Amino acid sequence: MAAGLTREWRSTFQGMAVALIVLAVVTAVIGPALTLLPLSALRLAVGALLAIFGLQWLRKAVLRATGYKALHDEASAYLREVAAAEAAPKEAKRGVRDWYAFTLSFKGVLLEGLEVVFIVLTFGANQHNVGAAAIGAAAAIVVVTVTGIAVKAPLAKVPENWMKFAVGVMLTSFGTFWGAEGAGVSWPGNDAALLVLVPVIALVAAGYVFWLRSRKAAVSAPAPESEVVSS
Amino acid sequence: MNRIKAFGAFWYDFVIGDDWQVAALVVAGLALTAILAHVAKVNAWWLLPLFVVAALGWSLHRATSSK
Repeated sequence: MAAGLTREWRSTFQGMAVALIVLAVVTAVIGPALTLLPLSALRLAVGALLAIFGLQWLRKAVLRATGYKALHDEASAYLREVAAAEAAPKEAKRGVRDWYAFTLSFKGVLLEGLEVVFIVLTFGANQHNVGAAAIGAAAAIVVVTVTGIAVKAPLAKVPENWMKFAVGVMLTSFGTFWGAEGAGVSWPGNDAALLVLVPVIALVAAGYVFWLRSRKAAVSAPAPESEVVSS
Repeated sequence: MNRIKAFGAFWYDFVIGDDWQVAALVVAGLALTAILAHVAKVNAWWLLPLFVVAALGWSLHRATSSK
């Protein structure tokens, strides 16, 4: 959006298209290769990666929810991108009319898309069905896009941090589940264990939010009069 | 060389993120689970979730204790 509105749409769409092709190639090459690996080794590796990745999301979401880290402000991020895009000089390169718009769009789509590809590949490979996971991700993109157009809500009003909290809970739970299976354990109730694991991780993370909020309030609250030493 | 470094740094930041100790605790939890399962024949399904919630708590504590 920032690249298209401030620079020019053609180069922006070219950058977006090239990034989508790169993401499709990554998915097409790595996906089938992953499904050839033994399931337990795959679950161990993918479970570890997913749990680490999920905990990273969850950690940031808890820190943001408790005010220890600034909330990710989509509106100001957009304004920063617009200001930078307006200030950059226009330069034609390699058949692209505006190289800045192309690279800005390419990097943005590639970096955000890599997270989706990572989740699709890990979930898909674990079930030996990358195709179904890719269809699920594509459906999610369509639903989010259509909902965004239908309700015309600005991005800033979306409770982004709580969505990231939920994604962090899911990634951590699935990573823990698959990682432990890959390490050789059997979960009580098999796949049904996820119905307990997901709420437990969510509750523990919510408990950490409560703990950090009360700790912060205790630190910032003024000391009771009886404890104030008069000079 | 700089490009290789930047590539490595990107993937480190992408997967490991701000706190490497979280990753270390998850890997330690998985290793202990595997040892218990394969060597001691204990079905330690409960161990990794404990490591995961402890890793999150420890990381949050370290990130906020100095602020």
